[in-house]
Amino acid sequence: MAKHPTPMLDQLESGPWPSFVSDLKQLAEARAQNKEGVEFQIPADVAEDLLGILELSYKHGRTHWKHGGIVGVFGYGGGVIGRYCDQPEEFSGVAHFHTMRINQPGGKFYTSEYLRNLCDLWDFRGSGITNMHGSTGDIIFLGTTTPQLEEIFFELTHKYNQDLGGSGSNLRTPSDCIGQARCEYACYDTQAMCYDLTQEYQDELHRPAFPYKFKFKFDGCPNCCVASIARADFSFIGTWRDNIKIDQKAVQAYIGGEIPPNAGAHSGRDWGKFDIQAEVIDLCPTECMAMDGKTLKINDKECNRCMHCINVMPRALRIGDDRGVSVLAGAKAPILDGAQMGTLIVPFISAEPPYTEIKETVIEPIWDWWMEEGKNRERLGELMKRQGLQKLLEVTGLNPDPRMVQEPRSNPYIFWNEDEVEGGWERDINEFRKDHRR
Amino acid sequence: MPSVDFMGKTFTVDEDGFIDSYDNWCEEWVQWVKQQEGIDELTEEHTKVIQVLQEYYEKNGIAPMVRVLSKVTGFKLKHIYELFPSGPGKGACKMAGLPKPTGCV
Repeated sequence: MAKHPTPMLDQLESGPWPSFVSDLKQLAEARAQNKEGVEFQIPADVAEDLLGILELSYKHGRTHWKHGGIVGVFGYGGGVIGRYCDQPEEFSGVAHFHTMRINQPGGKFYTSEYLRNLCDLWDFRGSGITNMHGSTGDIIFLGTTTPQLEEIFFELTHKYNQDLGGSGSNLRTPSDCIGQARCEYACYDTQAMCYDLTQEYQDELHRPAFPYKFKFKFDGCPNCCVASIARADFSFIGTWRDNIKIDQKAVQAYIGGEIPPNAGAHSGRDWGKFDIQAEVIDLCPTECMAMDGKTLKINDKECNRCMHCINVMPRALRIGDDRGVSVLAGAKAPILDGAQMGTLIVPFISAEPPYTEIKETVIEPIWDWWMEEGKNRERLGELMKRQGLQKLLEVTGLNPDPRMVQEPRSNPYIFWNEDEVEGGWERDINEFRKDHRR
Repeated sequence: MPSVDFMGKTFTVDEDGFIDSYDNWCEEWVQWVKQQEGIDELTEEHTKVIQVLQEYYEKNGIAPMVRVLSKVTGFKLKHIYELFPSGPGKGACKMAGLPKPTGCV
């Protein structure tokens, strides 16, 4: 018998999609039975009280968590999101319901042994409820009490060699697409770079020293499977500088219908016979492709590497061999001054370990600038708006490049530095009056 | 709100152990938080951080940014963590009696 009736939540157990309500009930049941005899360190009925308070929120149409919460582990300024419910008497199981962020491995590849260890720890010292994964990438442990935080941290680090993720005004947990692990489009090893930068900037990740949060994301190619261009202050997007590699025989196999376009992604509907002219050549944004008899030609100088042709014919077209990353900066959600996607600041840079050039010429100079000039709770994208892209180029020493703008400015409010203008700004009105009477 | 009895004083605190009002801050509060925040010995450097936080808060009505705290005290962030293991927010601000940090933490 459930502790709280949940008529509204019960409706969410029907339908084909995996039901989070059924899962939570299953967990509540398992904790009540406790077949393995675990000495639960937080209330055994945590899942039941979570369902109970959620049902109450469904009824009221309002949240029942109190404002904020500051908890953590010694040595770190982030990693734990404190949370207390506002009905602690009735729902004592979730009186404390803190979230712990655990730094996930690159590409989120796991062994069952590793996950089993984490689950054992979390069943013992937490609610047994997780979020796999938070949108920034972390493994999320959902719901524990303050006294358990240090205990969990000790076991994570000592037994499982596993650290917390980031929260607060600091470098948040970096994340990546699966990259070269199993994708032929990956222009660099996203996981290696994500791992390297995560380790390099541990201090920035654990101890908030920034004006506001800051995120890294690593995409192997412009398809952006980890959405770095929209969800990271620094987006690293793989690309290449030489020519797309064409296998003309495979092109003919696509034309002949032996290989399905887009690796069969549209096979759920009859779109007719593959038409290379209509589906590839005419859709190329720069119109740099053509069939010359039986040969597919690409004018690579005009190609903007949008990935479309490669996505349609992955077995015939491949990324080039001269590879690196583009760096974009400033993406953020709407608060405060509007949503932004990343702005191109480095068109092409090497992405080979130990990534010294990226660290020394891009990341660190921009951090220095933002840490000094950024206002309280001002994202990098907002500082770029306030002080200008030009200022960013000045602090990094990057050269202005036409590729950094979609179009030149249309207003004439152009600022010049004094030393760029002959004679400077110091003028004598009396000199002017000699030629121009009042 | 829970309350704490310590050295003859009673403090009202929230779940995270922050004091209910800056006006109720006193020396005994510092001693109480010291126990809670893993600090063995209070030094002049602790006092300096607390003083800077309080002066800034009284003047501006908010806690200073981490960078400002570092600049004014002359302590690097690393040293602030050596003094206050929970960091400038949970550790030092709590001890100084400032309101709990808010936002996306």
